[in-house]
Amino acid sequence: MNINNKTSQSAGIKITNNWFAILVSLLFLLFPLVIKNNYFIDVAFFFGIYTLLGLSLNIVLGEVGLFDLGHMGFAAIGAYTTAILNTSFGIPIFVLLPISAIAAAIFAYLVTSPIIHLRGDYLCIVTIGMGEIVRLTLINNPFGITGGPNGVFGIDFPSIGNLLIIDNSVKFYYFIWVAVGLTVLALIHLQDSRIGRAWNCIREDIIAAEASGIDVRYYKLLAFVLGAALAGVAGSIYASKLMIVSPESFSFMESCMLFCIVLIGGMGSIPGIFIGAAAISLFPEIFQTFAQYRMLIFGAALVLMMMFRPGGVWPRKRGKLSTESMLIKAGKSEI
Amino acid sequence: MKNQIEENGNKTISSIDREIVLETNKLTKRFGGLVAVNQIDLKVSKGKISSIIGPNGAGKTTVFNVITGIYQPDDGQYFFKGEKISNLKPHQILSKGIARTFQNIRLFKGMTCLENVMSGQHARSKSGIWPSIFRLPSQTLEEKKIQEIAERRLKQVGLSDHKYELAKNIAYGSQRMLEIARALASNPDLLILDEPSSGLNDKESEDLVNFLNELIKEDLTILLIEHDMNVVMGISDWVTVMDEGKKIAEGKPEEVYSNPIVIEAYLGKEEEEEN
Repeated sequence: MNINNKTSQSAGIKITNNWFAILVSLLFLLFPLVIKNNYFIDVAFFFGIYTLLGLSLNIVLGEVGLFDLGHMGFAAIGAYTTAILNTSFGIPIFVLLPISAIAAAIFAYLVTSPIIHLRGDYLCIVTIGMGEIVRLTLINNPFGITGGPNGVFGIDFPSIGNLLIIDNSVKFYYFIWVAVGLTVLALIHLQDSRIGRAWNCIREDIIAAEASGIDVRYYKLLAFVLGAALAGVAGSIYASKLMIVSPESFSFMESCMLFCIVLIGGMGSIPGIFIGAAAISLFPEIFQTFAQYRMLIFGAALVLMMMFRPGGVWPRKRGKLSTESMLIKAGKSEI
Repeated sequence: MKNQIEENGNKTISSIDREIVLETNKLTKRFGGLVAVNQIDLKVSKGKISSIIGPNGAGKTTVFNVITGIYQPDDGQYFFKGEKISNLKPHQILSKGIARTFQNIRLFKGMTCLENVMSGQHARSKSGIWPSIFRLPSQTLEEKKIQEIAERRLKQVGLSDHKYELAKNIAYGSQRMLEIARALASNPDLLILDEPSSGLNDKESEDLVNFLNELIKEDLTILLIEHDMNVVMGISDWVTVMDEGKKIAEGKPEEVYSNPIVIEAYLGKEEEEEN
């Protein structure tokens, strides 16, 4: 039959995919060198923040299919951890990055453990509540550490001694996109591993996943913890860029935007997240002139997309495994 | 193992007959007022194909769901290789060595056939989150092993040609075989098949019978629920008949086939329906 034909075809796609990835990376690398306008670089920075947040939600929503509409709560934990520890104790941002990630991860573990068995819409409602509780707690200024509605300000620039001080738009641009790049690498590796498969199995059929030996509870929690840790990193970078964090940055609407990023791109699709994040972060800038209608247009775009491309703009293609080409390269595979 | 048997206070049954792989003891499951499974005693012999038959609603699938941990029993216990496995979760049951398929096929539809079978080996592999993120050599090696086993199982069920196709896109009969391949990938001691021939045509059923007869030559035990009497009579070494949650007969296929109680409860009715 035409099997050989088919496999060579998918190998071809793989190669073009790699070229495509290199091309996109180059584009991101060269962007600030070509565009000297700080406004555009800042827009690209926020595109990066949304991409990182989208990637973090994609683990929970895209890979495992858990409806999480309170994801900004995790980012808030990360941002406030950085803000408070930096302004109170002067701990450098680079030290606080992993600490923020861990704080958000621990928070996610504690909060989602009791609700992890909930399915679909029930989980969705509980996570909305979780996100709102985080925001309201921050507004209420517990122990006088979160600064209430004003938030915390005066956060340092990220720096390693005098060697590297990230203090302008271009540096922040590279900072966020390096973080995004590393995250993408890690997530691509995870997708074609037993962990990524276990996540997808849970999304596809939870009972069959259990019966195939997958500890559903563990892998759902792992997704939440990992997703929260990444959101914590994004929050931390966000805090150091704006030098101020306030509760309104982590509203329910923002969580909905993250949800849209994953849905627009396609559940579980990494390139899709870039498209979704671009749509969410660039759209308001492009349509700035008719600001009052932009939500209308955005809503219409979402409806149209769900009608004509319900799987997202760039859904994940499955076929040959990325590990397979690696094995063949190593000359070990006899298949 | 012996300690565990004694701990469970069940040494009498389990140590006498070492050939018994799975054993249930007065297994009972109720749904509200309905007693779906009523004090079922079941013994599955090692290396044999045992079948459970019975009319619709007899509680056969419920027995399977209890054994594989999807339901918790209301009463009774069950033992696997002499070890008590009551109240374990489904994934724990699988790692003990019991794999199953479902009556209405439950595949990971949006994943490729190969990935489906690879997923079946989840409990037999152990790479954690960090080796996976950094793709450490240990993880790559394990992935390669997982993939080789998966390819072998796919070949065994004749689906090698479809390995990169999504599970939802292959033919119904192939989906059944893929589900069996996924269960086999976990290298189980006991394979539980819930109506493997339902929805298959005569040719496919015959292939299935041949396949199972070949499969049993591996170090494996098979327990199945079946409606198709040709399949049951063709391959079973032991048949248990259930009706309304109770066990009404058991024995060799020929004995059961001629048992008047069975004919009345099940075969007779079935014959009428078919005519």
